Amino acid sequence: MNAALTRRDLLAAGGGLVVSFALGGSPARADDEAAPAPRLPGSLKDTPLLDAWIRVAPDGRITVLTGKAELGQGLRTALLQLAAEQLAVAPAAIELVTADTGLTPNEGFTAGSHSMQDSGTAIFNAAAQVRALLVGAAASDWNVASETLSVADGMVRAADGRSTGYGPLAAKLSLHVQAQPSSSLDDPASYRVVGKNLPRVDIPAKVTGGAAYVQDVRLPGMLHARVVRQPSAGAVLREVDTAPIERMPSVVKVLRDGSYLAVVAEQEWPAVKAMRALAAAARWDETAALPDEAKITQTIRALPARDISVLAWAGAAAPAAKRLGARYTRPYMMHGAIGPSCAVARLGDDGVMTVWTHTQGVFPLRAALADLLRMPQEKVRCIQTPGSGCYGHNGADDVAGDAALIARALPGRPIRVQWMREDEHLNEPYGSAMLAEVSGAVDAGGNIVDWDYAVWSNTHNRRPAVGGLMLQNAALPDNLPVPPAAPIPMPEGGGDRNSNPIYTFPNARVVYHFIPDMPLRVSALRSLGAYLNVFAIESFMDELAEAAGADPVAFRLRHLQDVRAKAVIRTAAERFGWSIRPPRADGEGRGFAFARYKNLGAYCALALALRVDHESGRVRIGRVVAAVDSGQPISPDGIRNQIEGAIVQSASWTLYESVRFDRQHVTSSDWSGYPIMRFPAAPESIEVHVIDRPGLPFLGTGEAGQGPTAAAIANAIKDATGQRLRDLPFRPATVKAAIGV
Amino acid sequence: MAVLNVNGRDRDVQADLDTPLLYVLRNDLALNGAKFGCGLGQCGACTVIVDGAAVFSCLTPIAALAGRRIRTVEGLGTEQAPGTVQKAFIDEQAAQCGYCIAGMVMRAQALLEKNPHPAEQEIRGHMALNLCRCGTHMRILAAVRRAAAAMGTAENGAKG
Repeated sequence: MNAALTRRDLLAAGGGLVVSFALGGSPARADDEAAPAPRLPGSLKDTPLLDAWIRVAPDGRITVLTGKAELGQGLRTALLQLAAEQLAVAPAAIELVTADTGLTPNEGFTAGSHSMQDSGTAIFNAAAQVRALLVGAAASDWNVASETLSVADGMVRAADGRSTGYGPLAAKLSLHVQAQPSSSLDDPASYRVVGKNLPRVDIPAKVTGGAAYVQDVRLPGMLHARVVRQPSAGAVLREVDTAPIERMPSVVKVLRDGSYLAVVAEQEWPAVKAMRALAAAARWDETAALPDEAKITQTIRALPARDISVLAWAGAAAPAAKRLGARYTRPYMMHGAIGPSCAVARLGDDGVMTVWTHTQGVFPLRAALADLLRMPQEKVRCIQTPGSGCYGHNGADDVAGDAALIARALPGRPIRVQWMREDEHLNEPYGSAMLAEVSGAVDAGGNIVDWDYAVWSNTHNRRPAVGGLMLQNAALPDNLPVPPAAPIPMPEGGGDRNSNPIYTFPNARVVYHFIPDMPLRVSALRSLGAYLNVFAIESFMDELAEAAGADPVAFRLRHLQDVRAKAVIRTAAERFGWSIRPPRADGEGRGFAFARYKNLGAYCALALALRVDHESGRVRIGRVVAAVDSGQPISPDGIRNQIEGAIVQSASWTLYESVRFDRQHVTSSDWSGYPIMRFPAAPESIEVHVIDRPGLPFLGTGEAGQGPTAAAIANAIKDATGQRLRDLPFRPATVKAAIGV
Repeated sequence: MAVLNVNGRDRDVQADLDTPLLYVLRNDLALNGAKFGCGLGQCGACTVIVDGAAVFSCLTPIAALAGRRIRTVEGLGTEQAPGTVQKAFIDEQAAQCGYCIAGMVMRAQALLEKNPHPAEQEIRGHMALNLCRCGTHMRILAAVRRAAAAMGTAENGAKG
């Protein structure tokens, strides 16, 4: 675990002579200043020194550092593959250090399916450049040309049989040098590790009870804390008699600061019991007023909006023969981690607050914690330690705030805070409720000639980089300023992510109505607005295809220029057997959908079959076939695992999920109030076909399946029942009402 | 104060008798396998085997466990020598974040010890009590089928 590795160890591992100098290039002249600097690959552009990424010790030990975090997506394994490929060593020969403000590059958040594009590209290139420096050092030693040398298994070899390990070579040179804009990368055809299915390095520990999670951190003298949260937004703690709780066995301290209330005990179960007693003793004044859940999309639509034009295309086109319009909605949705958020913090004798956290962004969290604690940033260290899968901004940062606040009150004692199930369900920031209104027209030949799309949403980014965005801020006295909600600009987008169709239309307008007021606390949930936008676009493409009398797959293909988009669609359709329509039983249907995530990341097309039970309205998914293009695949099985997971998770969102609330409280406090997919309802089968794109840039994959799955289900339900469902989720009662039995 | 038989060893435990087994396993015995997920018996992350049956350790007070055989995922094997079900999960790469997986392994183990040849619907029905949020369901099901096949092979081998 990272905790065992100190800066000193790493500097020692770096070893050798550390001299700072700029490698290559002539000194900048005044007349060059206007010329743009060559762009470095991936995150090297922000952290250009090679030894920030890769260190080779005199004994040959290799350490690779990344600012990104393992979230269960297989990042650790994929980065080891990339480094091992270019360094010509076995992945097991490398120690990988993940996000730690004390050790690693600052790569912001592990989010947006950016890790392979940013960190993967940086490490791949840095490793290639380190290898070139090592080979260059050997060539210089032996007075031969670099091109005559070969590398394998951490050794450099000359044609005459001489060889040396990386350690002695590294000891002679400095890796504390600027990366170059281009690297000498091997021919993808020669890859030994990249593109192969390296088994995930973290799985053996996870199936045998090894220490794998922040929940497993046990430090000497560690105490267990629980927090009594405000029962609703803005609730004020009027009174609480803490004396009886302080006398409970094992209790060390009750912490009260304004409306912030927590209890600390020597053991965990007594901490839980004391928290319950404290919650029962607390008296609150509540003022929260939530909107009517049944009218949430109308509420969102009526709130003041900032209108952002996403695109406006105008061109010559045949006259419209048919025009359709539709509205699509999604509710608030939960991340719903299986393990509620957890953190451990300790205020050391040196005044440094160390926090073990499953945050997606150690550096932004450090800034937020420093702000919240009124401490200088250099006195806060955040060490990423995996937690339960998060799928976006859940309680991970906020529980770190709890641990740090409580640790400040008990210097020297490590404090472990484990949120209870209701803490996570009621306090995580949700994915925003949204709606989209679309109208489109086809000409007499069945081609789309006009497209008008508008989407309404709250922000999808309230990730904390300042204390005002931490959950505790509202409970503590002396509130920090809360920054206003802001949209994420395109091309990535937030509520408008993937609102720009990838299809080619002669006339199109897309407008994002950004809603700053947030009726419920919201932030980033896997795929952000793309889930609704792709659901809406891909549902509406089927509606237009039907109006045009066209097959949905052929209709999509004829509105696309992008050859890679066409390739995934054709692959999914062929592998599914789309062109062959066997006779089907009552209630059976099939659906197709496609998107390129953000129109920048991975391409994903899928076809699925399902059955709707007319008696109950229950939907059961049968066979699912997906095709994905992630550029150069690093681990094809890792891509398949991500896409399979996206399909099942999105199927659960689509068929079951919405956050329930009354006029004052969220009522989805556990899994009975927020049901998700269980095994009997999982699809019969999922096949994922990964398209090999040797040498092409890595494209983020983790969120590519969310939108297409929702649309494919809606399209299949239409095929099965004749009814078009446009309001998520498709619970049995909703389906039954729609099909009218 | 209690004596618990965990993975074949009697262990003296200082915790109060109302303490759910989960907290004793994780804190008193430093076993990481069983996880806190809900404390309500809704998700199965805490699943262990007691006298051959899968139970929610988050709901089972240690007072109920005197003289009973408790097994956790640590009792099935190690990274170097994983048990049949553990090995099947590794072979199928049946994890994403992995937080639910120790509970999945234990629930599957309990099934296969009673019914070495479960039908697909029996597997799905039995595993229904455990939640996975990463959507690893297809791989988990494949791992259970693989483990069943491996156990069947071992059985046949023993007979042969």
